[in-house]
Amino acid sequence: MNDPDIAKKKRLYARRRFINRINLIISMLAMGFGLFWLGWILFTLLSKGLPAMTIGMFTQTTPPPGEDGGLLNAIAGSLMLTTVATLIGTPLGILAGAYLAETGKYSWIAVVTRFINDILLSAPSILIGLFIYALVVEQAGHFSGWAGALALSLVAIPVIIRTTEDMMRMVPDSMREAAAALGAPQWKITVKIVFRAARIGILTGVLLAVARISGETAPLLFTALNNQFWSLDMNGAMANLPVVIFQYAMSPYDDWQRLAWGGALLITSGVLGLNILARIAFRKTH
Amino acid sequence: MIIKYYNLRHRYLDLLFRGITKLSAIIVLGILIAIIVVLFSGAFLAIQKFGLGFLTSSEWNPVTEKFGALVPIFGTLATSAIAMLIGVPISFGIALFLTELSPPWLRLPLGTAIEMLAAVPSIIFGMWGLFIFAPVFADTVEPWLIDNIGAVPLIGFLFQGAPMGIGILTAGLILGIMVIPFIASIMRDVFNAVPSTLRESAYAVGATTWEVVWHVVLPYARVGVIGGIMLGLGRALGETMAVTFVIGNAQRINTSLLMPGNSIASALANEFTEAIGDTYISSLLYVGLLLFAITFVVLAISRILLMHLEKREGIKI
Repeated sequence: MNDPDIAKKKRLYARRRFINRINLIISMLAMGFGLFWLGWILFTLLSKGLPAMTIGMFTQTTPPPGEDGGLLNAIAGSLMLTTVATLIGTPLGILAGAYLAETGKYSWIAVVTRFINDILLSAPSILIGLFIYALVVEQAGHFSGWAGALALSLVAIPVIIRTTEDMMRMVPDSMREAAAALGAPQWKITVKIVFRAARIGILTGVLLAVARISGETAPLLFTALNNQFWSLDMNGAMANLPVVIFQYAMSPYDDWQRLAWGGALLITSGVLGLNILARIAFRKTH
Repeated sequence: MIIKYYNLRHRYLDLLFRGITKLSAIIVLGILIAIIVVLFSGAFLAIQKFGLGFLTSSEWNPVTEKFGALVPIFGTLATSAIAMLIGVPISFGIALFLTELSPPWLRLPLGTAIEMLAAVPSIIFGMWGLFIFAPVFADTVEPWLIDNIGAVPLIGFLFQGAPMGIGILTAGLILGIMVIPFIASIMRDVFNAVPSTLRESAYAVGATTWEVVWHVVLPYARVGVIGGIMLGLGRALGETMAVTFVIGNAQRINTSLLMPGNSIASALANEFTEAIGDTYISSLLYVGLLLFAITFVVLAISRILLMHLEKREGIKI
């Protein structure tokens, strides 16, 4: 080997190392880029939302512009809508998940449902709002809490189905076989063995679904709408945090915007808290 | 006798249980079919009236009841395209960092932090975008774009006009940030699913980390990567609240990305409750149906591409 050849190879090696270094630095910057936005958004929420988090926010109802008020009716409305939606979505989601993981596993209905469910999981939630509007609100002639809760439950169901199926599939087959060998019928295997083994995982799915729907705005715009006054009547339009935040943030009034930031902080800490709780519950058992 | 009774009882309970779970699964299928039927029947009036010309007309006039969806379709596609241009490379960088570079003890917290970005409700992105990001963007980045790129031939026209902060570009950028966690976490998962023998062989013949990722990991994982990108695209196309805050809601098409526009989802969010008259409402349902069709196709492709992956890996949260 002569000298120029070695020099050439050295240059090539240096170039490869240089490209490697540059690209790895870019990759690190990309990571920083992602974290930067999360940090900026959380910082904004804290700096704008904390001053608005007063006792009054939790004890007074939404005010007319220029007056003192809070978000009590919106908080109560959101809690009710989320609760009802979860109560509708959870049994349906878990049963359908059980069909996909246990009773129907390889049937064509299960294959199609799995595919459709994964699409519904990411489908635009505003279309769910449109759907419930046309199906419920238009027929009933008025906006209602029931319509809002139904729309939210349609957002929650795919999340619950997906996690239930995945969690039940993680239960080892040997447990099912052991139960079957003892003569247990299929429903008993599923309900008493598989459900029990996967219960924390299924609960995680429900928590994630609750987190997902408590921040959803779009499906409520045409269903629950909003209500300026204190009302727990699910038959009428209902105040809820996301829509109140939307309307108040877009309003020209300073005190409304301040309340919107307070509500935004409240909702985000709730959603992120639920997400972290779900992860911890999941990690503890697996 | 007792055993016979026991068996019979359980046979019925088994049938019942199977029936109930099957019914629940069928209800989910029913929901999808109902969504299609309801949107289609609601949009029927507008479909009859405007036909396919709806897709190419940019007129949107509630007074004369003439409607066309070109402006919101353009806005939806333009913002999603910008979101992909930003989100895909950044997500790739993040996935590369999480799978190859990061020290193992940092992987979990950093991965979780990026996934938290997906948990932040979209209305928060919207508020932050409108009140915090847009003013900063209008003061710093946009004037620079106008001064430096606005005069460049061929692409300059995209960056002309006044720096307003809100518009197609801002909406696309915020969407880009919002899709990062979805694309990045799938890319991370598919990178992790690449057999380590492949990686190790490449390192053994002297490849650098970048060469391993670019020439070995990425080609092996490309189907999954495209699936992840399609999933992000599906999310971006249908995102409503964040876009509604910052897109500016203008019913016209501008060649400049700095100008306000409209998207399908934000048009629905802004106008649907205030729409009066059958044609108006029906036209809004028509654009809703279009959005449904576009996202359905994109998400279906994503699912098909990611399907082979699911068989190999368990669940991750």
